[in-house]
Amino acid sequence: MTQLALVIDLNTCVGCHACVTSCKEWNTSGEAGPMVDRNPYGADPTGTFFNRVQTFEVGEFPHTQTVHFPKSCLHCEDPPCVPVCPTGASYKRPEDGIVLVDYDKCIGCEYCSWACPYGAREIDEQQKVMKKCTLCVDRLYDKNLPESERKPVCVLSCPTSARIYGDIHDPESDASKAINEAGGYQLMPEWGTAPANHYLPRRKVNIAIHEEDLQRVDNPLRKEDRGQRAPSTRTTLDDSTSW
Amino acid sequence: MKPAISVILLTTLIGAGQGLFLAYYSAEWLVMLKILHPIPVDYAAHAALLSFLLMAAGLLASFFHLGHPERAWRAAAMWRTSWLSREVIALPSAMVMILAFALIQFFAIDFEVFVLGSIPIQLSTLAGFVAVLAIVVLFICTAMIYASLRFLRQWHTPLTVLNFLLMGCASGFTLATALVVAAGAGQFDYFFAMAIALTLAALLSRLLTLSRNRRLRSPTSLQSAIGVHHPTIRQIAQGAMGGSFNTRAFMHAYGPAVLPLVRRAFLLTGFILPLLLLVIGDDNALLFCAAAFLLQFLGLMGERWYFFIEAEHPQNIYYQMIA
Repeated sequence: MTQLALVIDLNTCVGCHACVTSCKEWNTSGEAGPMVDRNPYGADPTGTFFNRVQTFEVGEFPHTQTVHFPKSCLHCEDPPCVPVCPTGASYKRPEDGIVLVDYDKCIGCEYCSWACPYGAREIDEQQKVMKKCTLCVDRLYDKNLPESERKPVCVLSCPTSARIYGDIHDPESDASKAINEAGGYQLMPEWGTAPANHYLPRRKVNIAIHEEDLQRVDNPLRKEDRGQRAPSTRTTLDDSTSW
Repeated sequence: MKPAISVILLTTLIGAGQGLFLAYYSAEWLVMLKILHPIPVDYAAHAALLSFLLMAAGLLASFFHLGHPERAWRAAAMWRTSWLSREVIALPSAMVMILAFALIQFFAIDFEVFVLGSIPIQLSTLAGFVAVLAIVVLFICTAMIYASLRFLRQWHTPLTVLNFLLMGCASGFTLATALVVAAGAGQFDYFFAMAIALTLAALLSRLLTLSRNRRLRSPTSLQSAIGVHHPTIRQIAQGAMGGSFNTRAFMHAYGPAVLPLVRRAFLLTGFILPLLLLVIGDDNALLFCAAAFLLQFLGLMGERWYFFIEAEHPQNIYYQMIA
């Protein structure tokens, strides 16, 4: 069974909102019709987005860290929003695990949004139907796109490669490897929804840099003090190592 | 949750309609079993028709909740998994059977189908029996729409089903009491006693739910919502400046002072005042019984309003600060 999903690395996300704007651009231009935008240049701009980046401050000043948190539909493996839909407009594709809404069947009763603990669904106030992240299903299988671009547009647009796309049921996929090797986790595990999207935690990145790495004491090409210093008789770094 | 006025109207109107039919139909059986005296004035058909109209009004109100009411017929499709879908089937079924019961009696096309023991079973009795089954199923479906949502812990309890059943029956029997007084039809004591008993039972069940919900603690925290395990997390931005569906559909703008006020108001107008009015109007006073029903109906609308406000959606944890 394939379960396509995103793995979002909170350690590298810089909160630039490129995924948000590229998501809106791709999905508002699609054949499903535009995503509503109210007062785009007014005091209270609002509209439908499939993806948003939230920002949290962790810790107490001065020991604080800023965590940017991209939030979209998690394509749960046991999606609570699907069985409650009275019309069958909400469904989970058996072939790739993507949770989708059929906009032609949706009656706009909002019941699915009540059943989603993550608030991943938004009603489109113009079309009056429920909308949510489609994982860019209209890109993934499009033979007109070069194979490297058959990915969700948020993944392609991320400048820091914080978004990894893949089949989390395939242990060899980039997504699975990232989850397994970097401690990928799910949101609100207490509700047992088994979200397919995972997040990679913030982690400390330390590199040990020694003085010698920056400036070799025995640099044979060193010119600054040539002729001023007696040749060293000590064992050099090159002599003591094997490379 | 933000209260949806169309849903409040739907659940209270059909509740009263269902209760009203149960009141008359149960009285009819008690007459057949010779526990109650037969009614001198034949008004069962009119009462059933009123019950039908209340449910039709509720159904009409529910359409205003939909983004695409013209597609509402699709909502019957997923009855295997969705309680909403089951309600969409149960509501018209109950209405059709109630209408059938009313028309059979109204046009006097009733005939004896068979004899059960010594009781002759009429066609209308059979239609009414099917209607009662549909009404009970409808009560369960309507309540389970809310009770089945496990994330909304204030709703996720069998008490929700009990509350919907008892409150619907209470308002229906109070209306029935007012109707027998208006028709001068006798049998006042039965409806009167049942209205008081059901209102008391509904009050008890609601108080039990209130005390249960006061003790609830959410298993969800900001820590589990974003997966950062630090005791101090503060939201700085929620990703939208002018609000979003998430801030409009799941949150209410009422301050903490409003909730206790509404709670007291609905307990008073939905339960205590109607009880008092019924007891004062003991001598078949129409004014008191009618006032009791109207107050109770308003009170139960307030109760349903509070029912929404009371429920905390876990998604709200992601929307605490605009920027």
